[in-house]
Order: sequence, then structure tokens, then C-alpha cells
Amino acid sequence: MSGIYDEEFLGQRLRILRPAPRGWVRAAQELPEARRSLDEIVARAEADLAFRAALIADLEDALAQAGYEPNLRVVDELRRHLADT
Amino acid sequence: MSSLDTLTDAALVQRCRTGDPEAWNVLVERFSRYVYAICVKGFRLKEEDAEDVFQDVFTRVYTQLGKLRDDAAVRPWIAQLTRRLCLDSIARNSREQPAAEQDFEESGDDFAEIEEAFAVRQAVTTLGDACQDILDRFFAQDQSYRTISAELDLPAGTIASRIARCLRKLREELEGRNEPS
Repeated sequence: MSGIYDEEFLGQRLRILRPAPRGWVRAAQELPEARRSLDEIVARAEADLAFRAALIADLEDALAQAGYEPNLRVVDELRRHLADT
Repeated sequence: MSSLDTLTDAALVQRCRTGDPEAWNVLVERFSRYVYAICVKGFRLKEEDAEDVFQDVFTRVYTQLGKLRDDAAVRPWIAQLTRRLCLDSIARNSREQPAAEQDFEESGDDFAEIEEAFAVRQAVTTLGDACQDILDRFFAQDQSYRTISAELDLPAGTIASRIARCLRKLREELEGRNEPS
């Protein structure tokens, strides 16, 4: 990128990096919190067989009952984890 | 604007590793447009596929940040991760819909332009908040002079001259960066 920084070039490059949808950015920023919830739920499910059974029976409902906000990615990952273990 | 916005990539990565949530927010903000551009401009992914890739990229960045050997190389690492996940998404779609026309053809020009755009955007961050804001509104958010004027409470007749002045400053900044040392 040497030399020609005319208005057309700069304008064209400035148009390339458009904002990602706000919801996507927010979800990515909330990842650490979502991971913490996931780790906590997995640990609890390993220690508490009744909780694990409730998760397997109705994942979303069991999470909501236990006070976890059912984040879609956490739910998906948890579902995979429960199926694998 | 957060005080972490001015950190180098390497310093920001180090702060993220300590579990600083604000640093993570800044890292996502810093690279979100870049990842989005690779998905939608570089690979022409549909929005729903781009969203999956976008979230996967940041999940992997978060979980694998400890494995990054050179903190200053976080951007090429993110680029490589995004490209790999975009290709996986395209491959998955073509398996699921074999009859669907796959019109993707990787163009080196698009990726080169995205890299240039990132360099230009980095230069914009040195111009001050007013220039950053007006250039972003006009070019990246496609706002009209009228909208910018209303939202920034500026006379409509001054918007074009402000944009031109900011572009001049941007040009000087970029030319200064590329002067032979």
C-alpha cells in the first residue's frame, strides 16, 4: 500500500470494515461469562446426578429452574457435553 | 473510549489472559469488523453462516489465547482462524446442498483490500475522536450528510469540508508511516 492515498482509495478502504451486527459483537463479548456458566453447570452436573438427569430430560427448563440464563451457545455446548459423557 | 483502546495488540492480549473482562471487550471490538469483513467480503458467506463463523472465531480466540506464541501476531492468527472456519462452513454447506451452486472463488484482491482497510482504520484511530466518528459514519455506516448533521448537531454545510479535512489528515498520517526511515 504505497503512495496513492487519494480520497477514492481511502474512502473505498474505509467502506470495507463495516460494523458487525451489534448483537454478534455483544454475544462475543459475553463469552467469558457464558463460559463461566458452562463450567459451573458441568461441574454441578458431575456432582449432582439429579441435576444431570433434569438437564438430560429438559435442558432449557432445568437451566432456567436452576437460575441460569439459557444462552443459546451454552445450551448447544452443554447438550453436546451431556451426549458425550 | 476505553483507556485500553490505545494498547498494542500484544499488550491487549496479555491483559485478556489475566481475565480482564474490559480487555476482552476491547479485543472483540478491535477485531469484530475485520472478522466480519473476511466472512462477508472475503468469502461472501450468507449472514447466518457468517454469524456462526464469527461466534466460533471469538470462542476459539477466547479458549486458545493461552496457546498463542507471539502476542503481537494476534491479528494474523485471527485472520487464519477466520479463513479456516469460513472454508469449513463452505464445505459443510456444499455437502448439505450438493446441488446448490457454489459461487465462491477465493480472490486474493479481496483479502489484500481487507488488510489495507485494517491498516487505514488503525491510522484513523490516531486522528482523534471527531475524525474517527465522522469518517466512520460517512464511509462505514453509509450515513447521509443530513443524518450526520442531525446526530452530531453540526451545520449540514460543514460536513463535506470536515470529511475532506479528516481525509487529508488521514493521508498525511499514512504517508508519514510509509516514509523511508
